[in-house]
Amino acid sequence: MNSEQAGQIIRFTSKFRLMKDKMAGSVMLTFTMVSVLLVVLIGIGLLIKSMPILHEKSLWELLCTSKWKPMRGDFGFLPFVMGTLWVTAIAVLWTLPVALFTAIFLTENSKAWVKKVVFPALDILAGLPSVVYGVWGILVIVPWISDTLAPHFVEYSTGYSTLAAGIVLGIMVLPLLISLFVELFSSVPREYREASLSLGATRWQTTKYVLLKKTFPGIIASVTLAISRAMGETIAVLMVCGNIVQLPSSLFDGCYPLPALIANNYGEMLSLPLYESALMLAALILFCVVFVFNIMSRLILRKLEQKLV
Amino acid sequence: MNIPFLGKKIKWYMQDLNETELKKGFFRPYQKFCTNESRRSNMIVENLNVTIQHNHILKDVSTEIPDRKITCIIGPSGCGKSTLLKSLNRLLDNNEDVKISGKVLVDGEELYAPGVEITHIRRKMGLLSQRPCPLPMSIYDNIAYGCRIHGLRNRKKLNMVVRHYLQAVGLWEEVKDRLHSPAGRMSIGQQQRLCLARGLAVEPQFILADEATSALDPISSKTIEDLFLKLKEEYAIVLVTHTLRQALRIADYVIFMYMGEIVEAGPAEQIFKNPQKELTQKYLSGVFS
Repeated sequence: MNSEQAGQIIRFTSKFRLMKDKMAGSVMLTFTMVSVLLVVLIGIGLLIKSMPILHEKSLWELLCTSKWKPMRGDFGFLPFVMGTLWVTAIAVLWTLPVALFTAIFLTENSKAWVKKVVFPALDILAGLPSVVYGVWGILVIVPWISDTLAPHFVEYSTGYSTLAAGIVLGIMVLPLLISLFVELFSSVPREYREASLSLGATRWQTTKYVLLKKTFPGIIASVTLAISRAMGETIAVLMVCGNIVQLPSSLFDGCYPLPALIANNYGEMLSLPLYESALMLAALILFCVVFVFNIMSRLILRKLEQKLV
Repeated sequence: MNIPFLGKKIKWYMQDLNETELKKGFFRPYQKFCTNESRRSNMIVENLNVTIQHNHILKDVSTEIPDRKITCIIGPSGCGKSTLLKSLNRLLDNNEDVKISGKVLVDGEELYAPGVEITHIRRKMGLLSQRPCPLPMSIYDNIAYGCRIHGLRNRKKLNMVVRHYLQAVGLWEEVKDRLHSPAGRMSIGQQQRLCLARGLAVEPQFILADEATSALDPISSKTIEDLFLKLKEEYAIVLVTHTLRQALRIADYVIFMYMGEIVEAGPAEQIFKNPQKELTQKYLSGVFS
């Protein structure tokens, strides 16, 4: 083989390599585009499907009235929106401190064997199907609320309530939030802790003033992710929330979140005029709420990062 | 470089203390150092053994850190220099699987005795890490952090402390207009000086520097070295270094380590001009590094 041949081979292989490189690039781009496109397509599809009801009634009227009588053509989404917000708020409010302190304990204070026990437990918690949580909620949380907790506050509650839904939903979000936080705290370089400790700070002071401050944008992002997931959670919530169309006036009243509305009713009574369209609008509202929520948290994050870095 | 005020530290901890503050104990350990003359800090390491994950890293290390001198710890990588430095203020505690035996005596207090309140001993030692590590807050808060966690809340005094120590490291003129902007936006050399100032602000006696100039450009390292030379009038400085030339330039006292043991230790001149051990001669002449 003379040098010219060798040169040809090298040129050929390098050409081949470059081709592969380009191909890999375009394949990756395509797949990325697919996932972006999916979001857009789902949004457009929902919009088209809900057009009929939007033609009949104004969006404002649909969102701000609470009368839900599909037979008579009254579609007020306010109870459902409020139900979703209430349940999610309760879930995140009680999970946030629990997850935060657990994660701090796991990354900062615990011994290696504690982590070895806790992480598999969290994985199991995260991997359980949501029906199981629903059943557990019915068996444990609902009776506990109706027998023990509710009598202190209201005259009567079945236990199938906003509070029960919030608690069950929180338990489902908890492992996600903990693992996000643990990831976040472990990503802080050891030097930060050493810098603070070497000044004579205690561990708690270090956590409070350095760790939490450093990870604050990340904490916001994790909570947003958890909230987005919580809003869409369906089965477990609809099993314990009571499914009553009303504006929840106390935590012990039943409620009816958006995902439960869609899951319970889609496929039934679709012969009613505008009913399918109304359910699609419910899905669209959910879509928009999550979307707006994500955008807002992005904006907040950017502001925070500018302030910190 | 002109460093104002250095040598007359602000005794913020001595100014109008009331009974309750004294009872909290924040300031008590420092009263004996309120005049420069009476202060004589000393650190003695006796038979220190450190094992990390079954690796015997420090083997029977015994040495003494002289006050108001620059002590350079030199040696090839992996010989335990940084471990020795970190064990001097118990930063190894946080790692898993660390076994430590032996004694480190700081002003007669044993560091590794059970039940020792570590925070006030750590406060006697400022740490300067390899990469500058400003805390995620403003320049002002970085300096004030140490004083705040030890209970100083008075705004006026904090302003004084911040200004004083920024001047001491020559940063004041550069940052006085943006004290409340995030510390992470400064240049890396400025960040390292900020870290030094932050360490000094809690009034330590020792400065532990772990290759403090290796991440910096030549001019910034020169600045830090000059600062060390000034600061040694007030503090005992322990510097781990990779560069022999740096040790040659600024060391008063040299500890040469190899494979977790102290091979030779003594005054810089003696070690560099007339090393006793063969290993030291080889290292200094560049046979291995």
